[in-house]
Amino acid sequence: MHDARIAALLQRAEIETFNARYCALLDQQDLMAWVDCFTEDAFYTVISRENFDHDLPVGLIYCEGRGMIHDRAFALLKTAMFGPRYLRHMVANLIVMPVGPDGTIHARANYVVFEVLTNRPEARLHQIGEYRDIFRRADGDLRLQERRCVYDNLLVPTALCIPV
Amino acid sequence: MGMDMHGDAFAITQRYAWPAEGNTRIPDWVYTDQAIYEREVERIFHGRTWNYVALEAEIPNPGDFIRSHVGPTPVVVSRADEGTIAVFENRCSHRAAEFCRELTGNVREFICPYHQWTYDLEGKLRAVPFRHGVAGRGGMPQDFRIADHGPRRLAVTAHRGVVFASYANDMESLADYLGPEVLREFEATFDGRALKILGYYRHTLPGNWKLYHENLKDPYHATLLHTFLVTFGLLVAGNKSLMLVDASGRHGVMCSAKADASKISAENRKEMRAYREGMCLADPRIMDFTDEFDSPWSVTMATIWPNLIVQREMNTLGIRQIVPTGPHEFIMKWTMFGFAGDSDEMTRHRLRQGNLMGPAGFLGLEDNEAIKFVQDGMQDVPGNGHLVALDPDTPAGTSETLISESAIRAMYRHWRAVMGL
Repeated sequence: MHDARIAALLQRAEIETFNARYCALLDQQDLMAWVDCFTEDAFYTVISRENFDHDLPVGLIYCEGRGMIHDRAFALLKTAMFGPRYLRHMVANLIVMPVGPDGTIHARANYVVFEVLTNRPEARLHQIGEYRDIFRRADGDLRLQERRCVYDNLLVPTALCIPV
Repeated sequence: MGMDMHGDAFAITQRYAWPAEGNTRIPDWVYTDQAIYEREVERIFHGRTWNYVALEAEIPNPGDFIRSHVGPTPVVVSRADEGTIAVFENRCSHRAAEFCRELTGNVREFICPYHQWTYDLEGKLRAVPFRHGVAGRGGMPQDFRIADHGPRRLAVTAHRGVVFASYANDMESLADYLGPEVLREFEATFDGRALKILGYYRHTLPGNWKLYHENLKDPYHATLLHTFLVTFGLLVAGNKSLMLVDASGRHGVMCSAKADASKISAENRKEMRAYREGMCLADPRIMDFTDEFDSPWSVTMATIWPNLIVQREMNTLGIRQIVPTGPHEFIMKWTMFGFAGDSDEMTRHRLRQGNLMGPAGFLGLEDNEAIKFVQDGMQDVPGNGHLVALDPDTPAGTSETLISESAIRAMYRHWRAVMGL
């Protein structure tokens, strides 16, 4: 097999592994470990497709830098009041672009987030959308320099309590 | 015959009796009953009220339109050629189709996709295909007049770029409707600078729509529910504050001024389990306040009856529009904005501070959860209503203490008069 194709497959496998771990950390609500998925200068937002398509920057979550991502995790764990719930993050249809000249890797993937509350048997589809990502290698590990979670469902059901 | 046999026993005013205690006790049926909800749509949203529908900045040019709601009723807000704004029901006068489907856009006319009945930018019916039939057969009756048909058009007013509509065609001016004190706070936020739309939040909320007003007429909850505010010193029980209520009781403005966390008295601290010393943010920019308004208050939350909240939380600014969908649920549409002259850094500051608000906001998600819990409680546990007795020295109206429910009582004094209950 050609070296470039093997490299692309390894790259893809590495991002799939990254996303699986990222989702597991959120599903376990291990939010402080989730913070380490990002580079120091990372940008993270959860933004409606309506806003994204109209170049309107407002996001449900809007973090400039890992400090703000840390504060989001910290505040949710230590100060936020919300009902108990379980969440499952699922990622599929990963598309990985070739490594750019600056060493960044652009990728996209579809995601769904299911939410289970304590008073109903069924899992509710809480959010459905697309990750629009820029990865970068930092200290050997793959990290997110940018993750825009662009969600399709116009109406958020009640509240988004755990990041996407 | 039915009327005579049943007399008044089935009249809504007989079936629903307000508790003898008065407005310190709000019965559950106010929040859970379908008949009450339908009466609210008729008497409040479709009654003598100015309902928020849009910002002028959303429809700057002729032909621009945006879908909106008055109460639960879908309307179109459009900018006509003369620059005037029209608001009309989003319902074809032929077969009732909700003909405007796009959230926003620019058109020359509105064409119902079903049979292509065509409306102009003011919502007037202009064309009916095959009105005279084909080859002398079919078509509308001879006496059909286009001018007699068309969606219902609402009265419209705008102030400082904020557009309101009413089903009443003889409404008082918006200034008279708000009253001088609420108008002053409205004009402190909408200070004449051109608005710049930054984006939307939209969410459903499984609670009665009035609970959202009450939450913002309840300064008591702010320091107790919102641990984030207290932990990081943004709002504490000793802050300078005011719960303003207009003369009618329907509108309110919750006002507070940012204070230094290090000056919280030990007494106040003890009452708030939320307060934790030594916790700090890695990036405290979210708490920065650029004093850009001619106002003594760093935070104002105006509840403008019946469907509008104006949020000025330091530098994160937003409109919240209530769209009720039944007694147990409503949709909230937030329109976040800044000003046309904002620097890029000021816009980003507003966006960073926006993490406080919306359905994922440090404050917003807690309000939504709390309102859900209240509706759950009423639906799951039959009870004798809500107790809103704080601050008996102020039976209803403006209060200078945060530990008061006088603004909620004022709202129900007004609600009961309008509802005849």
